Parts: sequence; structure tokens; C-alpha cells
Amino acid sequence: MRIVVNHIPRDLPALSKVSDLLQFISAKPPYAVAVNLQFIPKTQHSIHILEENDQVEVIAPVTGG
Amino acid sequence: MTAPLPLHSADTLVLYGETFASRLLLGTSRYPSPQILENAIRIASPAMITASLRRQGSGNAETESGFWQLLKKMAVPVLPNTAGCHSPQEAITTAQMAREVFDTPWLKLELIGDDYTLQPDTLQLVQTAEYLIKDGFKVLPYCTEDLILCQRLVDVGCQAIMPWAAPIGTGQGPLNPYAMKLLRERLPVPLIVDAGLGLPSHACTVMEWGYDGVLLNTAVALATDPIMMAKAFANAVSAGRMAFLSGTMTAQDSAQASTPLIGTPFWHQE
Repeated sequence: MRIVVNHIPRDLPALSKVSDLLQFISAKPPYAVAVNLQFIPKTQHSIHILEENDQVEVIAPVTGG
Repeated sequence: MTAPLPLHSADTLVLYGETFASRLLLGTSRYPSPQILENAIRIASPAMITASLRRQGSGNAETESGFWQLLKKMAVPVLPNTAGCHSPQEAITTAQMAREVFDTPWLKLELIGDDYTLQPDTLQLVQTAEYLIKDGFKVLPYCTEDLILCQRLVDVGCQAIMPWAAPIGTGQGPLNPYAMKLLRERLPVPLIVDAGLGLPSHACTVMEWGYDGVLLNTAVALATDPIMMAKAFANAVSAGRMAFLSGTMTAQDSAQASTPLIGTPFWHQE
């Protein structure tokens, strides 16, 4: 199925979870995740099942003002 | 009898019941190097340092990792922001992600309404702040100096307000002294000037007006010597605060000699 991660299309197996996606893209902690503009806490990463065309954001800390 | 506490330890900044020794909050962006950022933080000893969130992989991975290590090493409270958010939902989701990443309830709420001036979206800011406060955040809202807006933010539970002095990154200093002084007179909560300060004298001025702190970034980061400028701002904030507490004299229209006239040599009455 097609998932868009940080604005980049990715192909993942059906029923993939957030944790599968994080492994697929080799995400490195610290990070946080939102799916379709909804925050997914890390306690849900191995539970939340992604769906076709989900828009996923994986963010990391950066400098800020 | 207990000796009075020195000013610097007795006069602390209190936000949401937490005490901070410094009244300066420092941004972490746009410094020439991570080492200069680290040294600027060390010399200024800010109450908090701001940080943000961006898509993983959008920048240099080594730089991102280095910043995280710096945050851990400095052990200064982190104030995450929601910079770049244009809708309440974007700001709320970003705030929730920031809380998990930085493990803090503190939040500098930015809800941008205009990309050219980076002016906050004053029409949606209050409802967004209210939602986040109910969700357990300690919200420091970046806002304009509008009295009614700031009052509404207090009404929904903001225990401190952060009005701008001028648009972000302009360094113009307080553009509306009348409104900013009025705000200070009318609102009983801590007020922190956020954005638009360019000189230590700007920081000193707003502190003399009774503001409780300042948050700045660009004025330090883009100085020729950011480390020295960080110290200059820290000193200016402290000087302005002491001046406010001291009670300033009332300005006079005509000259008044400070040296006593009685006994002036060669004096004679015409």
C-alpha cells in the first residue's frame, strides 16, 4: 500500500503498523509521529495500523527561536 | 534576624508556579556554529532555551543529532515552539509531538497568521491555547500587544503572556510603547517580550516598564560576537529589572541643579 512519509511516497505491506514504518525508513530516536495530522504516542506505535494513502510525519528536534 | 536576600536570588521569575533564576529566555537558531551556541547559552545562563521540530531527514542528520546532545548536556529547561504552524490542529499536533520528544509540558505557542510579517493568528490563538491548557500544557503564547487578545488568553488559563515587540527577526525594538506599557499596567500575569528586540537597550527598556522577561534569538545569533552579545542581553535584562524595582524618577521639563546652590562661591543675588 502507498503511504506518504514526510511528503515522500513509500510502499509498505498491507496492515503495516507505525513501528514497521519507522523500521522501514530507519528512523533514529528521538522522534515523534503524527498520522493524518493526529499525534500517535509512542505507546501506540506497535498497535496503530496504517491505511492506504495515510500521511505520516516523523519529526525530530531542531534548533528554534 | 535573617539578613535580606540579595536581589538576584530574591527576585525570581515565576511561571506556572515554577521559579527561574534568570529572566532571559534564549533561542537556539541561526548561530554560526554549535560551539558558539553552547558558549552563548553558558554565558547568558537563560531560564529556558527554545527548540523546535522538523521532519526527520530534512536537515543534516549529524547537526540534528548534535543539537539533541547539546540539549542533554546543557541541562537548561527546554521551551519547544510550534513555529510554522498555520492552523489550530497543526499547532496542537506539533505541541503533542514536542511534549513527547522533549519530555516537557512547556510550550511556546506560535500560530502564524501571515507569512510576511509572521504575525500571530489572533483570531484562533485563544481557542488553541485553551485546548492545550486543558490538555496539560504550560502555554506561553506568542501574541501581539493587543490588550483584549492578551486578556482573553489570561481568561482561558494562560498564566504568562508573550507579546511581540516587533515582527520576528526584525530587531526593531518596541514599535508600540503605548500599548505595551498599557498591557503591563492592566495585566497581572507575567509578561515576557517575545520577538523583535535587536539591542540590549531594547531589552532593558521593556524591563524598566515592568515586563518580567524577554525571549530573543536573532539579536544574539546574528551579532558579530554572539557570545558577548548574549552576556550583554543578560546584563541588560538584569539592569532593567533592577531599575524597575528601584522606582525611576519622574522626568522634568526644566533643569534642576543636582549640586546644592546654597554656599555657591562668587554667588550673588541680582
